[in-house]
Amino acid sequence: MASYLLRRILATIPVMLLVAIFIFLLLRLTPGDPAAIIAGDYANDAQIAEIREKLGLDEPLFTQFFYWLGNIFQGDFGESFFYKKQVGELIASRIEPTLSLSLMTIVLTVMIAVPLGTLAAYRQGSWTDRIIMGFSVLGFSLPVFVIGYALIWLFSLELGWLPVQGYQRISDGVGGWFIRLLLPSLALAVVFVAFIARMTRTSVLEVLGEDYIRTARAKGQTERKVLMRHALRNAAVPIVTVIGLSFAILIGGVVVTESVFTLPGLGLLTVEAVLARDYPTIQAVILLFSLVYVVINLLIDLSYTVLDPRIRY
Amino acid sequence: MTTASISPARQTVRRIIRNPSVLIGGALVLAIVLMGLMAPLLGTRDPSKISPKDRNQPPGYESTVRDSSGKKVPVEYRLGTDTLGRDIYSRVIYGARVSLVVGLSVATIAVIAGVTIGVIAGFFRWADGIIMRLMDALMAIPAILLAIAVVSLFSSGLASVIIAITVPEVPRVVRLVRSIVLSIREEPYVEAAITAGTRTPLLLFRHVLPNTIAPLIVQGTFIVASAIIVEAILSFLGIGIPPEIPTWGNIMAEGRSVFQLFPHNILYPGLILGLTVLAVNMLGDGLRDTLDPRFANKV
Repeated sequence: MASYLLRRILATIPVMLLVAIFIFLLLRLTPGDPAAIIAGDYANDAQIAEIREKLGLDEPLFTQFFYWLGNIFQGDFGESFFYKKQVGELIASRIEPTLSLSLMTIVLTVMIAVPLGTLAAYRQGSWTDRIIMGFSVLGFSLPVFVIGYALIWLFSLELGWLPVQGYQRISDGVGGWFIRLLLPSLALAVVFVAFIARMTRTSVLEVLGEDYIRTARAKGQTERKVLMRHALRNAAVPIVTVIGLSFAILIGGVVVTESVFTLPGLGLLTVEAVLARDYPTIQAVILLFSLVYVVINLLIDLSYTVLDPRIRY
Repeated sequence: MTTASISPARQTVRRIIRNPSVLIGGALVLAIVLMGLMAPLLGTRDPSKISPKDRNQPPGYESTVRDSSGKKVPVEYRLGTDTLGRDIYSRVIYGARVSLVVGLSVATIAVIAGVTIGVIAGFFRWADGIIMRLMDALMAIPAILLAIAVVSLFSSGLASVIIAITVPEVPRVVRLVRSIVLSIREEPYVEAAITAGTRTPLLLFRHVLPNTIAPLIVQGTFIVASAIIVEAILSFLGIGIPPEIPTWGNIMAEGRSVFQLFPHNILYPGLILGLTVLAVNMLGDGLRDTLDPRFANKV
């Protein structure tokens, strides 16, 4: 177990290293002088020379890469030329909305999707099942910004129940924070509900055909307990995998959702950075998101042993 | 049913065209393709024509324009106009062209690139390790962010958007093809072919690649759907296709500033976008159920 853990953790290092190389090359592959790009459109020659010196752009590419990587390990992502701020600080100030949105989306998704999927499996072939699966296909197909605007139109403009856009920090009141996050996380959750409800259904269906379910029923266990204790628990591994994998798509969805609802998080920062061609910020954000993704995948793998004691490494 | 007289290929075709998902999805896709192709015949106007006096009008708005001889002709804006007075109905119809071109191009390029790399990885052991680590790394970058990063490298345009959307899709095709090739190369008929001295290219084309066709059709269909969404997202964020070209994402991007007053600018293109993706996904679901034996009994 310990050796598996170690091997699995070590295996993420080459992947992250390759990601870092990609992201590093991103700036170097752009046509033109990287120093001039970083300095921005209004920089003079002296400023460009200074950046060139600071980044070691006259060194060989190989040396430059380790120079860049070394800085990152010290928490130095460089300076955003657009915001004129350290990229590290910039990211720190933008994390809260993104984290809030992601967590609330996941909570909403699990709360809606797992019961729906279980119900669909339990009533397999019925109209309930067909309606849930129909919505699932629909949820897959509606892009998050379409859902987002449809929700704003319905709940904010037509009904006037919820604020249209914007974000309130959690320190300024949990109520306002919650209300402003409700629509964005609902919009973002739709596609994951579709995905996870479908996976839950398949997974529970498989388990419901097992002998021990029949045994549980035969010994007079209530249907509720059969479902909760016997079926759902045994179906948990693929469901958790899918929930974990959803994070990857979630990150993409966050970028769009934050733009629709003008939440000042990392996603909006990414879009602003691309529009401003603010490469140090783009690099840092992508590196951060990729790291999160790799770590989540690692955690999913490790969670198997907890969820299913039969899996031993 | 007696199937002895029917060839396996025809049996498969029969199964496909009898699948309700394929039928409904396919019919909808066909309708959207026709809509894009016949755009000039569907009562549309020039989708880029600006008309300042008709800005921001609701669906069904009627006005007049001067034709080439200077005479006033009545026009109806079925879905209203945008902030520059352009006809949203025409823009939505013409937008289908861009979405479909992007979807099909991305799927074709991703499949070709993915098959090439996947076959190399699956068939030549020496290349496998390096290629798959590279693919792992590419897949570790969230797809939309990778697309955004690639777009930020080039000037905006149709070609760069297509490349940007293709790059994140390739590793997924590579994985699929590689796993198929790995299982096929252990099959007795492949071993027999190798023993008989079949050259590698012939071996690949005759014995290995045909096995990848069905899963690739399914995967390709899903890539079309996701490419259409990503294109719309990029355009919507203002980093995709240049704004003067009517695409569903661009129409929505232009509608953002006036959304609270004129929601139709966003809701109509959003609706047709959702419908298109739904149709392609249904087609993909149906094809998967009928073509891919691994899923045939499961779903």
